[in-house]
Amino acid sequence: MSIFSKFDDVRSAFGALTDIGRNPFDIRFDKILSPTEAILDGRSILLFGTNNYLGLTFDPAAIAASIDAIREAGTGTTGSRIANGTYSGHATLERQIADFYGRRSAMVFTTGYQANLGLISTLAGRDDHLLIDADSHASIYDACKLSAAEIIRFRHNDPRDLSRRLRRLEGLPGSRIIVTEGMFSMLGDTAPLRDIAAVKREMGAYLIVDEAHSMGVMGKKGRGLAEAAGVEADVDFIVGTFSKSLGAIGGFAVSDLPDFDLLRVVCRPYMFTASLPPAIVASVTASLHRIATDNLLGARVQANARRLHNGLAQAGFDIGLEANPIVAIRMADRELAIRFWNALIADGVYLNLALPPATPSSLSLIRSSVSAAHTEAQIDRAVSIIANTGYRLGVLSENAGRIAMPAAE
Amino acid sequence: MANQYDNIEAEIVDVLKALVPEGTVISPKAGIARDLGLDSVAVMDFVMDIEDHFDISIPLDRIAEVESVEDLSRAVEALLKEKA
Repeated sequence: MSIFSKFDDVRSAFGALTDIGRNPFDIRFDKILSPTEAILDGRSILLFGTNNYLGLTFDPAAIAASIDAIREAGTGTTGSRIANGTYSGHATLERQIADFYGRRSAMVFTTGYQANLGLISTLAGRDDHLLIDADSHASIYDACKLSAAEIIRFRHNDPRDLSRRLRRLEGLPGSRIIVTEGMFSMLGDTAPLRDIAAVKREMGAYLIVDEAHSMGVMGKKGRGLAEAAGVEADVDFIVGTFSKSLGAIGGFAVSDLPDFDLLRVVCRPYMFTASLPPAIVASVTASLHRIATDNLLGARVQANARRLHNGLAQAGFDIGLEANPIVAIRMADRELAIRFWNALIADGVYLNLALPPATPSSLSLIRSSVSAAHTEAQIDRAVSIIANTGYRLGVLSENAGRIAMPAAE
Repeated sequence: MANQYDNIEAEIVDVLKALVPEGTVISPKAGIARDLGLDSVAVMDFVMDIEDHFDISIPLDRIAEVESVEDLSRAVEALLKEKA
């Protein structure tokens, strides 16, 4: 009996996956050409599964700022903020994020995962109750494991269920902390935040919203769903990431609560890991400036999202109703999803394969994310490749009419 | 109290019946994931049905300790007692 025996089930599931084709957890690109194209096995491939919503990974200003920062401050900080100190770039970035959100304070974390892990696990102590959406990201679930609070899940996007569960806690001591997400990463659906905020106000709770997938994408100023839904005043903490719309890595949390900065000396996932290196801090600062001053980016990703969503809906795929930058195609079963995903790669378009247990309701999904950097021609080409794969594998019926395949650019 | 436990278990088995192939025998010792074939997401959804049924919330750490139908019935019994 090996130490790894506990993973026997995983090994057999993984074996079934790789018997059909590529290993979806280990795609090796030869070269990344741009936010929307790469070379895979010597061939050009369109990228439609990167969460690079604003396409800023090759932004010239961000690249230049990054290079300057390395020359000026070095390649790394070699330690945490509490031990090695705060670089001026960290402080500037925190001020800039707080200003972007119109909040009193901001804290920067080394990854988005750690932002959730740190904020949620530290805020919720013994006697407190965390009420999390059942479809929450793994970082939220892991934060719950690290927290001393009691954890209660409410049904996905169901404010009435949340309200019911808060009511069951009446009379118990401690704070109630509700956690939900602006846009959910698997299906691209958004939280009913106005209703959740109303429940929060009625029942007396704190509200944390993770805007990882909605920052830069939703809201006039690009702050995310809380802004778009007009409920920012009800959201006590917003968590976000630098790894999607901002094109780098890192995470943050913002708040108006006066004691927020106390977290810097009690939040272990903030205290006991190295801080972000200067190059990252500089590119994020540049990209955040770009988002704050160029609202065409948000409009472009939204327009592209509608184009992709419309294209896939017209082709007849089973997709969600919201035209957001994440569009997930539901597959009848696991094996079909695996074959579909492999076929798409062979035909030159990269999407994400999402399988249970990483998906809600045990769905097998082909998940796409669109970028402001995609051209209309790229989107149309991706839609036609996906649709033709759909006909070939019997996901779409022939009488829906084939979509003509445009020539490669 | 034994009577109340038996009722709880019977109600849980009723909810489970709708989720497993027809004719599956559900014994108290049956592992919900191991023997009845529910994957981890399906187990979590099933637990939510049970929570609604009994009007309780089962904290995540207690769900983690549940393997069998009997474990779940005991957890529900304990929470109903706490509520009373």
